[in-house]
Amino acid sequence: MPDNKQYKVFKIEQGTVIDHIPSPRGLAVFRLLSKNNNSLISIGLNFDSKTVGKKDLIKFEGKIISKKETDKIALIAPEATINIIKDFKVIEKRHIDIPSDIHGIIRCLNPNCITNIEKIDTIFKVVEKKPVKVMCHYCERTAEVKPDMIDKE
Amino acid sequence: MPKFKGKSIVSLKDMEKKEILHLMKKAEEVKSGKLTQVLKGKVIASLFFEPSTRTRLSFESAVLGQGGSVFGFADPGASSAKKGETLSDTIKNVMGYCDAIVMRHFIEGAARRASEISSVPVVNGGDGANQHPTQTFLDLFTMLEKKGSLDGKVIGMMGDLKYGRTIHSLAMALTHFDVKLHFISPKELNIPDHYYDYLKAKKIEYVHSTLESCGKELDFLYCTRIQKERFYDPMEYEKVAGSYKIDKTSLEYLKPDTFIMHPLPRVDEIAVDVDDDPRAVYFEQAHNGVPVRAALLGLVTGTI
Repeated sequence: MPDNKQYKVFKIEQGTVIDHIPSPRGLAVFRLLSKNNNSLISIGLNFDSKTVGKKDLIKFEGKIISKKETDKIALIAPEATINIIKDFKVIEKRHIDIPSDIHGIIRCLNPNCITNIEKIDTIFKVVEKKPVKVMCHYCERTAEVKPDMIDKE
Repeated sequence: MPKFKGKSIVSLKDMEKKEILHLMKKAEEVKSGKLTQVLKGKVIASLFFEPSTRTRLSFESAVLGQGGSVFGFADPGASSAKKGETLSDTIKNVMGYCDAIVMRHFIEGAARRASEISSVPVVNGGDGANQHPTQTFLDLFTMLEKKGSLDGKVIGMMGDLKYGRTIHSLAMALTHFDVKLHFISPKELNIPDHYYDYLKAKKIEYVHSTLESCGKELDFLYCTRIQKERFYDPMEYEKVAGSYKIDKTSLEYLKPDTFIMHPLPRVDEIAVDVDDDPRAVYFEQAHNGVPVRAALLGLVTGTI
């Protein structure tokens, strides 16, 4: 059956679609996932959305995002949805869960925290989910997660 | 009975109420002489990467007075940290020489890190602006000694509530009890936001007050020093600091049985002539550091 629906962002044959990212967080999500990523990426910004008002959308052609990458998205756009695409069809709808503990991924903003002095993996406890607030296991400071806290590796 | 043997004491957030009360009971037994020689044969390392007078000396007095021995440094210049050794490596070495480590460090989270590496218990003697649990234990011990119980009590916290780690630890500890808190500080030095979250989560009533408005309600007034260097503008410091000092005049705002506490050192936030007032208990409070720290080391090394 011909698909007559008009797409403002290209359909992808295989890869990942991250949808319902509340605007303007799309570019922040893109920056988190774009390092060392050579896939074809389409980005749509400011679409109307019934659920989040204005939404952004990112499509990665040929790239299936990892669990770690999903966790990163959860920290700055927990409302987003992730669809894994194969042969132009959604084969998996991935649910975004905010973990109760976060190992690595984010760095502590406190310059006097031991994690910024010695080579130690960070550990944070999620103390609030909307917006995501975390407490550093080491220095016990609490902060709302901002994109610049998230490790881009 | 709570299990303390082998436990590191890093933050009040790790302590349950029954553990705190058990420690208080044992500290009372040490103070009264019912328990003696609780650290006999124990070797305690005292690693002070940041200067300290009361904490270090009272720990050392506690160990020596209870039959233990103590070694370490009071100045990081005398340690390998000066040569660039990491904290992790220092701990890996020292843990082989002792039964417990007492540590103060200027980096926040250093005690937590040390406790994860060490095979012997680590007792946090203060980590940057974060926590100072043993100060809190002696504060609680003094409060309990003076009033018998903490439930139903009203505590005023005055001065620098933002950077004062003793305030942070004490506020967390007091959430185990049915207390009301009055915060008396300039707005620049309010307690950090996450402590409000913590207090709310634990359903602790707190209000911002002035000493004049809440003094007659207080069972304890816990004072801390406002440091000049916390203010960008020295004029601003001069403007606010005077409102958070205790002298003979401000004593009139308090009840006849409001005890005045201070973690010390004081500079000029409590006038010297207040020392003779029977409500001034800050030196007694400092002395309580000895039995409380002795009992804590006895518990974590397993001798009590």
